Order: sequence, then C-alpha cells, then structure tokens
Amino acid sequence: MSIFIDKDTKVLVQGITGSVGAFHTQQMLEYGTKIVGGVTPGKAGARIEGVPVFNTVQDAVKATGANASVIYVPPGFAADAICEAFDAGLDIVICITEGIPILDMVKAKRFMEGKKTRLVGPNCPGVITPGECKIGIMPGYIHRPGTIGIVSKSGTLTYEAVHQVTTIGLGQSTCVGIGGDPINGTNFIDVLSAFQADPKTEAVIMIGEIGGTAEEEAAAFVKAKMTKPVVGFVAGQTAPKGKRMGHAGAIISGGKGTAAEKVEAFRAAGISVSETPSDMGRTLARRLGLKVK
Amino acid sequence: MNIHEYQAKGVLSKYGVAVPQGKVADNPAEAEAIAEEFGTAVVVKAQIHAGGRGKGGGVKFSKTPAEAREYAKQIIGMTLVTHQTGPKGKKVKRVLVEQAGKIKRELYLGMVIDRGASRVVMMASTEGGMEIETVAANTPEKILKEWIDPAVGLMPFQARKLAFGLGIPPELTGKAVKFMVGLYKAFVATDCSLAEINPLVLTEDGDVVALDAKMNFDGNGLFRHKDIEALRDFDEEDPTETEASRFGLSYISLDGTIGCMVNGAGLAMATMDMIKHCGGSPANFLDVGGGATAEAVTNAFRIILSDSKVKAILVNIFGGIMKCDVIAEGVVTAAKTLGLTVPLIVRLEGTNVEKGKQILAASKLNIISAADMGDAAKKVVQAASGRAN
Repeated sequence: MSIFIDKDTKVLVQGITGSVGAFHTQQMLEYGTKIVGGVTPGKAGARIEGVPVFNTVQDAVKATGANASVIYVPPGFAADAICEAFDAGLDIVICITEGIPILDMVKAKRFMEGKKTRLVGPNCPGVITPGECKIGIMPGYIHRPGTIGIVSKSGTLTYEAVHQVTTIGLGQSTCVGIGGDPINGTNFIDVLSAFQADPKTEAVIMIGEIGGTAEEEAAAFVKAKMTKPVVGFVAGQTAPKGKRMGHAGAIISGGKGTAAEKVEAFRAAGISVSETPSDMGRTLARRLGLKVK
Repeated sequence: MNIHEYQAKGVLSKYGVAVPQGKVADNPAEAEAIAEEFGTAVVVKAQIHAGGRGKGGGVKFSKTPAEAREYAKQIIGMTLVTHQTGPKGKKVKRVLVEQAGKIKRELYLGMVIDRGASRVVMMASTEGGMEIETVAANTPEKILKEWIDPAVGLMPFQARKLAFGLGIPPELTGKAVKFMVGLYKAFVATDCSLAEINPLVLTEDGDVVALDAKMNFDGNGLFRHKDIEALRDFDEEDPTETEASRFGLSYISLDGTIGCMVNGAGLAMATMDMIKHCGGSPANFLDVGGGATAEAVTNAFRIILSDSKVKAILVNIFGGIMKCDVIAEGVVTAAKTLGLTVPLIVRLEGTNVEKGKQILAASKLNIISAADMGDAAKKVVQAASGRAN
C-alpha cells in the first residue's frame, strides 16, 4: 500500500515535447513509472522516448486509459493545463511548473470545485512511492521502500529528509511535495489523512516553512485525528519579515506566518519537532524508540 | 514588484477609479508650474516605495504655487526615514503635486489574495489612515470583507454591502460602487497581488476619491504586462538582489557574516536556520535553483563575495536533477577566477556526489568539506569567527 500513486498508476506527461518534459519522461521511465502518453497541442502522432503524443488530454485518456498526469508546461499555460486535466476526469494531476501567476491559480481553483480530481502542486517536486512509481523531478535513487510517509512544501529539503530516513535504516511509503506556492491543490491535511488511513505508513515527517497558516491547520488535524507518530520541521526561523524567501508563499506578512508560531502549534499538537534540519532522521528515530548512533 | 503612488494612481484611473487631479514633478520649478496650472491649494507628496511619508515630513500642504516650490525644494533630494524605509531611509527623487480637496471622511479600502480561500478578497474599514494590520489586531470587527468569485468578478451587491457597511451616505453609494468595481478590474487586469487605498476619502464636494494608492504586482504575472514592468524603479530596490534576479538566482541580502549558496528555497532557508543554531548569522539567502549551471554558480559566488561583510562561505547542495560534479566544477572555476579570499565550506550530497568530491579534492583549493548540514554549519561558523578575531 501507499498513497495517491502505485505501480498500477498510468501517467500522462503534459508538455512532453519540451526539453524539461522530455528529460523527466526519460527519467521516470527509467525508474519504472508507467508513462502511457504525452500531451502537446499540435504534436499528435509524435513519439518521445517511445511514448505516443496526443493533442488533448481527453484524446490521450481515451487511447491509453491513463488515470494520472504530470505537468511540465511553462508558467503562462500551466493553469490551463491543470484545468484540462481536471476536465478529462483523471484521478490525480501533479503540477511541477514553478512561477504560475497567482490569479491564474485563483481561476483554476474555481474551475476545480466539485470535480473529483486531486491536484498536487504547483511548484513542487512531485510524488514518489519508492520502488513503484515516481512522478516528478526528484532523484529516484535516494529513496527506498519503507514505512515513513513524508510531506513537504520544499523539494530539496524533502530530499534531505529522505536521505536522513534512509540513513537511520528506514524507508519511505510515499513522499509528497505539496509545493511552495501560496495557492495549491493538495494541502498538508489531505496528505496526513491519507497517511493515517494507509496501513503501510507507520509514521510521518511533515516539513513546513514560513508563510500562511497551513502548518497551524495541519497541527490541529494531527492533534484531533492522527494516531500515528508525526515528526515536524519548519524552515525559515531566521527569515526576515516581508521578504519573499524564494518560494512565492514563503513570506512573513503582517507579523503572521512566522516559524516560531508554527513550531509552537506543532509542539502543542504532540508533533516531535526537529530543532534543526539535520536532525529530522534522529528525531524520528527517537520518537519511534529506535537506537541510532 | 512595487510602484510609486503617482504610478498606481495612473494605472487605477484607467480603470475608472477616481483619483485627485495631480502631476509629478522632478524639480521645484515644475512643482510651482503644476500648482499654478491647477490654481488651487495643492499637496506636495514625496514619491518613494514606503508608507508613513507624512510623519517623516514628506507630505506638505501648500496654499500657493510659491509654497509648492519651496516644499518641493525641501523634499526632493531629502532622505526620508519612515517606519517602512528602515533606518537608512530612502532618497526622494520626485514629488506628486495634487489638488487639495476638502476631506469629509477617511476610510480604508484594500484588496489581497486570501491564500486559505483561494480568492481575491476586498477589505474595507472605517479606520482610514490606520495600518490595516493594526486594525486587524486590535479591532478585527471593524474590517468588512467580501470574497470575490473569479468567474463573475466583484458583484455590485458586494460593493453595496461594503459601502453601506462603511456608512457611506446613500447619495454617494453609486460612486463608491463604481470605485470598488474599478479597483477590482484594475487588480485582475494587471496581476496585482495587493492594492491599498488608504485613505479612501469622501470629499465636501461629494466625491469618492483615492487620496493615496499602493499597488504591488505578482512577479510571476509581469511577463504579460510590459507596461507595468516599465514602471519598475531600480533605485528603490537592493542592487544586489536586482543583479541576482538577472541570472535567475533568488537572492536576499541579510545582516550576517556567512555567505550561503544553496539549491532549493526550503533547503536555503533551512541552511540559514542551521547556521543560526550553530551561533552564526547568515549574510544572505541564495537559491541557485534546480537547474543551475556552472555559470550560475560563478555568478552566485561573485554576488556573495561582493558583500564585504562575508567572512566565510557555505555551499550546501543536495543534488537531484542538478549533479554534484557539475556544481563542484562550478565552485572550482569560480574560486579560481574570482580569487577566493574567505574560507569556503562545501557540503555535497546526492547525484554524482563522489565525482563531485573528487573534483573539489583535486582542485588543490583550500576548500573545507563537510559530512552533513550540521557539520557544515559548525565548520562555517567556526571559520567566520576565526577570521573576525
């Protein structure tokens, strides 16, 4: 078991003919992901890495039976691509694209209302169920199958957590990057409740960062609904107010969204907080009662 | 991206938002001529990207053109310090000269994107002239909000709810509704991230006017608004941050002594946290991005080294798609071409890490390598303090 994606997930690549899309198609195929088709308007009939290309998501779904897609299209067209994927009725859409205008996402969210499809991202590394399916841009080889679920707003900081989990001798059930944008699809709570329901996941690492209140809401959820142990870290304890720290969503505005508030909320919810980013693995080991040097 | 008040008023008036009659002046003679042309009392307002200008002496009421000239002379060239400029203040290059009307009431009107609701929200308050954050903290019940459905836009009934909620008299609600609808149109048409009219005033003459205006734009939307991008004032920005953005680097300058170069925003923030935890202080936030090239690494180094406060540099890379050997080559080239004057600590992990470490070792440069983030932070803090002593 795992969450969101597994060995049977059939994936479309939207923006497959672009250099980024083509490169990651090859990487995902190498990992063993079932990439069944690609979509680039006007390029139907082409093949990328042996994968057939279609003009629309709907055509691709009809021909291949795909139930997931990953988006690598440029920021100005990405919100439209998300809506197209929702319209085609896929189970899950993972948007990697960084830099989507926020008002485009406001419109896309409105379009998404009432539809069954799940959006992960945008501006995220993707989702991976180690040994089964990798959808996104993360380096597959650092992961190994196991029982720890990881959810994070940050890409490279997730790799750091994965690496630390592997170093203490454990593996990951599924890792979900929810992305660093202020408006996104899947949030911490969606992922946490899926991990809680997943029999394979035994514990969770949640990595937040400054900005917004998603971490506080997630902490309230952990306190009310989760029985599995959760370890947390919040990046940006030293970030100045009013400055956007790389991610569009990572900004302390009006005195709200500080790391201190989020860490406090984590602690109050019984989440074991890793004091530093290099202690996530050790904090997890302690919480699980494992002996680690 | 921020713009000046006079620019914001120019943008807003195109969308039917009422603003006072005004013109911008670069020198005292122009200010006098504008006041002469208006033939009324005017307000001379310093144009900088910060609020609190009035308290800092940057806004003056002038009864005559000669007075306008005198105030413009005082204000242009002055360094204005307000609670938003920081202690160094900002140099004023020009003033806005505006017709002064008789004010009956001062209100607040603002628009932001509500992350939780995924909607644009219009906020109104009777507490005109006060900072909305202060009102939100002390008297949140005084803030009225309307969330806007992007499919239909701001509906007139929503604007009426706000207008009546503010106690705007019935004979002015029509003008208030027009003002709010115009503001919303301007917001979505220009990819705004924040618009504030503080204060929004009701005048003795029965007008509803934006006495001040602030607009921030979503950097991700600028590519489709060349006209807005043209309003960018580089003098108002940190020159190093501007230069970094030209190379696709996300850089923010801070007050500490340890230069940082990291891939990924989350890891970059976490690296700063780690440095602080070890007793040091970061000189910058720098995310080289996911697909950084050797050239980007060189530019990143140059930018970090241009900060004279930097006493040591920490490079923390978790290579995913970005390969460690490519980064290592970039680091070596940069260190050789730029001449490394401070200790350099490098922590590499991920794709091709062994190759990367070999390249660093073979370079014969004085590079201290670190096993993990914690080790790297300890070493760089030590190196930075050693040099200071």
